Amino acid sequence: MSLLAIQVLNGLQLGLLMFLVAAGLTLVFGVMDFINLAHGVQYMMGAYLAATFIGWTGHFVIGLGMALIGIMIFGLLLERVMFRHLYARSHLDQVLATFGLILFLNQGVKMVWGAAPLGVPVPEWFQGSVLLGDGILYPVYRFVIIGSGLLMALVLWLVVEKTRLGMLVRAGASNATMLSALGVDVRKLFMVIFAFGTMLAGFAGAMAAPILSVEPGMGDQVLILAFVVIVIGGIGSIRGAFAGALLVGLIDTLARSYSVDFMRLFVGPAAARGIANGLSSMFIYLLMALVLFLRPDGLFPARGRT
Amino acid sequence: MSSPLIFSTKRSSFWPVVVLCLGLALVPVVAVLTKQGHWVSLTTQMMILALAALSLDLILGIGGLLSFGHAAFIGLGAYTTGILIQEGKGDLLIALPMSLVVSGLFAFVTGIVALRTRGVVFIMITLAFGQMAYFAAQALYAYGGDDGLTLDGRSTVFGLKLLSNKIVFYYLTFACLAGCLLLLQRLSRARFGRVLLGARDNAVRMETLGYDVFRVRLMAYVLSGMIAGLAGFLLANHTEFVSPAYAAWQRSGDLIFMVIIGGVGSLWGAVGGALTYLLLEEGLSGLTEHWKVIFGPLIILFVLLTHGGIEGVVARLRDVMAGGRHD
Repeated sequence: MSLLAIQVLNGLQLGLLMFLVAAGLTLVFGVMDFINLAHGVQYMMGAYLAATFIGWTGHFVIGLGMALIGIMIFGLLLERVMFRHLYARSHLDQVLATFGLILFLNQGVKMVWGAAPLGVPVPEWFQGSVLLGDGILYPVYRFVIIGSGLLMALVLWLVVEKTRLGMLVRAGASNATMLSALGVDVRKLFMVIFAFGTMLAGFAGAMAAPILSVEPGMGDQVLILAFVVIVIGGIGSIRGAFAGALLVGLIDTLARSYSVDFMRLFVGPAAARGIANGLSSMFIYLLMALVLFLRPDGLFPARGRT
Repeated sequence: MSSPLIFSTKRSSFWPVVVLCLGLALVPVVAVLTKQGHWVSLTTQMMILALAALSLDLILGIGGLLSFGHAAFIGLGAYTTGILIQEGKGDLLIALPMSLVVSGLFAFVTGIVALRTRGVVFIMITLAFGQMAYFAAQALYAYGGDDGLTLDGRSTVFGLKLLSNKIVFYYLTFACLAGCLLLLQRLSRARFGRVLLGARDNAVRMETLGYDVFRVRLMAYVLSGMIAGLAGFLLANHTEFVSPAYAAWQRSGDLIFMVIIGGVGSLWGAVGGALTYLLLEEGLSGLTEHWKVIFGPLIILFVLLTHGGIEGVVARLRDVMAGGRHD
């Protein structure tokens, strides 16, 4: 039972990090009809910038703030130089060009920071663990991740549902051409959404940096999981991304933990871990296939999309 | 997606194929005469990649379906072959049909789900199925898991070690490539190919005309998966090694690049694309170990500056020469 509690918390934490990545991806796709494979490397860049700035300043919050500003500038730069020219292109062109960007950035960070994983220390204030009863200890920092993920989700919900900007975003997701015809500067809106999405992915990467190893290619797996999340949740839908991310996070974590135990009944511990890793990763994709088979538009399709 | 009408003239696709096949048939002869033995192995690798790119071109170019998990079929074919070889049942007569069956079955099952979707969801779902195959390969702990598996040798033919000979293996690969090229070219001109092409441009219209678009697409998807499985069979034998990396999604991206740079839907262009890719890899990795730092921006520039591959560039240049404007 105590193991279950810890795994549920871990799943929640993974799910919220996934949500931050998936929210940007689904907005960018929903509003601009743009497939951004490079969203995963933006998560990676967030982690690298955080590692660097926290190392420089020696202070977690200041470093995090600098990393967020850095990743936003980076996103705007990319939008200006490359992505802007791809909005009107076919999905094929978008996929290929952003694939090229992934190759460049994955190799680029290897050149600049080296291939070895970087470690980021857990900030002093958040070291230590919380006693959850029954003698179960859970690290404070993981609660911080869960809390900040929930906070970001709340902010995002408020912005999208309650502000004028959010109204434009929702209108854009339903019909960007119509919005443009009504006199809204869609290019500017695109830029804002893009920068915001990049920042969310970068924030997820920066928050994950102390508990994961920061290494080249760390964004690839996250990108693919984020795709699964938005397909399950329904493309262009923030609510869907939230539900999908929590579902994927929980199932991935629980399946990973229990399939190790299950496989240990049959094979040795090292083999069990290897097999279980593969098997539990497959669960997520089976889940997606099932959802798509039953509801091709996802669990919470965005309103007004055809 | 606007692309030029393909296969409209017999002339344009017949002679290049003949020239290409003759050229490839002569490579071992020239290599032996000039004592450049490594050409044979390099060209074999190129032809295997070309076969994989060709199979992708069937669904991407003619079918208009952007599959981002195509490397999975290569991985399935390679692992089926590799496992059979390790279990001592690696004869061509067993390994080859089994590779085709396994990759074909995977294509059939995933196709039923994936082909229900369109556009971006199709891209994502094929990517996810590709990852599934990748993780399945990683989970094969008894067969090397994450590290991959070095094979004891190549497949035998009726118990004979014919394929250990480089030249024999070269011509087997060549025969597979030429055979698939001809098959796909015939198919694309037959009703099957026409319906597939028609569905790419307007699926509703094809449905209205009474064709079962889903079934035709599923058939193309399975055929495409089987040809990629064949490439996997050849790859496992060529390298005498299998690894989850064969099914990695970066490999699928590379395949898309090959198809695009050769010109979508032009079948033999896939061969040119594979050749271009290998030459770029060889050339750039000679310059620096970080060759992808150059390769990535090259892809981006290629996409930004062109539409529809080398052929598109040529057509554009021709327009410029003629004083006309493109688009």
